[in-house]
Amino acid sequence: MDQSPTITIRFREATAALILCLSIALVGVIMISAGMGYIKIPFEAIVKIIATKVSGKLSFIEGLDQIFPVVVFDVRLPRILTAAIVGGGLAMSGVVFQGILLNPLADPYTLGVSAGAAFGASLAILLNIHLLGTYSIPLFAFIGAASTLILVIYLSSSAEGLSSNNLILSGIIVAAILSAGISFLKYVADEQVSIIIFWLMGSFGSKTWADVALASIFVCIGFLVFVYFSRDLNLMSLGNRTAASLGVDTKKVTIILLSTASLVAAICVSVSGIIGFVGLLVPHMMRFITGPDNRRLVPVAMLSGGILLLCADTITRAVLPTEIPIGVLTALIGGPFFCYIFWKQQKTRKLL
Amino acid sequence: MPFECENISFGYTDAKVVEDFSISFAPGNFYGVIGPNGSGKTTIVDLLSKHLEPEFGRIHYNGRDLSFYSKKQLSKQVALVPQNFYINFAFTVKEIVMMGRYPHIPRFAAPTSEDIYIVNEVMEKTGIDEFADRFITELSAGERQRVVFARALAQNTPVLILDEATSNLDINYSISLLNISEQRVKKEGKTVIAVMQNINLAATYCDYLIFLCGGRIAAHGITREVLNPDTIQSVFNVEAKVYHESYSDSLQVVFKK
Repeated sequence: MDQSPTITIRFREATAALILCLSIALVGVIMISAGMGYIKIPFEAIVKIIATKVSGKLSFIEGLDQIFPVVVFDVRLPRILTAAIVGGGLAMSGVVFQGILLNPLADPYTLGVSAGAAFGASLAILLNIHLLGTYSIPLFAFIGAASTLILVIYLSSSAEGLSSNNLILSGIIVAAILSAGISFLKYVADEQVSIIIFWLMGSFGSKTWADVALASIFVCIGFLVFVYFSRDLNLMSLGNRTAASLGVDTKKVTIILLSTASLVAAICVSVSGIIGFVGLLVPHMMRFITGPDNRRLVPVAMLSGGILLLCADTITRAVLPTEIPIGVLTALIGGPFFCYIFWKQQKTRKLL
Repeated sequence: MPFECENISFGYTDAKVVEDFSISFAPGNFYGVIGPNGSGKTTIVDLLSKHLEPEFGRIHYNGRDLSFYSKKQLSKQVALVPQNFYINFAFTVKEIVMMGRYPHIPRFAAPTSEDIYIVNEVMEKTGIDEFADRFITELSAGERQRVVFARALAQNTPVLILDEATSNLDINYSISLLNISEQRVKKEGKTVIAVMQNINLAATYCDYLIFLCGGRIAAHGITREVLNPDTIQSVFNVEAKVYHESYSDSLQVVFKK
């Protein structure tokens, strides 16, 4: 009992150490994946190229193959960074959805946010909309996700505020309608059907620095919001009544967190297509390490989500003989793995 | 005067759940709220804790309208032990009790040694220190209820509201919980407002009783004056005998089969 203060301090230090380790690992994975691919580039060359770009001194890359900086900086890094940012964003919004909906199985899918984004994007592809150039599809995906969220919140509102059961039920109903809508779009798409299908399967191929900028702005905003409200999110997992009696404005916090999490998820989906199981699996795995306290879980899940999705993308890009869509890969690996975790939990009767 | 309720009413759509509820709660007293199922007891708790807002009427806390207080300010004044407590995430018992200190700890600050001292003290008092490091998800309903009670104690507020806080507890822990609450009333001059099912436990501990029936106050007053066969007959529609029991030095009720 008397040791409690030191234990608390040690816990904070352990969290800081974990975050530091994960950050180093993420940077390491980024550097290593930048060297992997059709053209193998040595690790020192990567360091030199990045140092050149950061410092602006061309002397670092003297003596290197002319093509290396182009491959690393214009082709690989945008894709690598997008994968890492999207992974972090999906994992982080998974944490928030699970905390708000009091359901460890919630993720952007449960609320219909992903389906909404997919519907918007499919529509943009089908109608061949190029209003905003490369941002057309992300914009439509985002409008789809946002209007789905508004509809779901409207459907589940009652006199007593938002109940998590109502949110999940409305989310599933709306998602079912939207998937039928997507099927219809595919049916009438004719020639564009392959573009829609490929987009829905998810891919980081041919990502640009514009994608990196777009994703990183929203993921950073989301991260700040989530960290700010992470303690309130802890209280909300005790139920709305208790959280309110402990000083949380539950309705306000629910709406802020749900909108931010949906925004982050929508941006991720719009940049990369549908990538399942990251938002579900990463928070689950990280809770084994950090426990359910969202103040630790949010940063840890973000970093490890980034690492995980980047590794998966590098495997499909550089290790497998032919590139398979990243969304298919995450579902094929993540799905069975999740079944295993779920089964194990049932056996030990220890819910996360 | 912690709480003054003036003619408050609340209803979902047409049906009034609470109507014309007027009462004052004074510090240093143990209040019991008693009534049949669906008589509006939990709604009263929700109104007092500002989880719901009254449709008509006013609630004052320390002379100011309840709407004047932010959730944050109110959480330093009123602690609540809710009726149903279920949690899906594996927080440890100690973490849950520490959450009772959150209203007193700034958002990004670490708990002070005083917070830790209070948490340890209430865990010892409620006897949950023996499973302080276990997960809340692994506990029985009764153990969980004691953890939630400890969390509310850690909040250390002038007013403590118990919504059927002994419903899952055996008699030993029920009495221990009520003794701790009574101590806070008698020694520290706090106010306890307890919704209770067990009339005899209420008669043993409460200074004042409020009988609710169909959303209205059927009777209220000092326990020895208000607790009588007529009240019980009119509120619960059961025949009962009320007598003074010297063993517990309180009124007790026995019911006719």
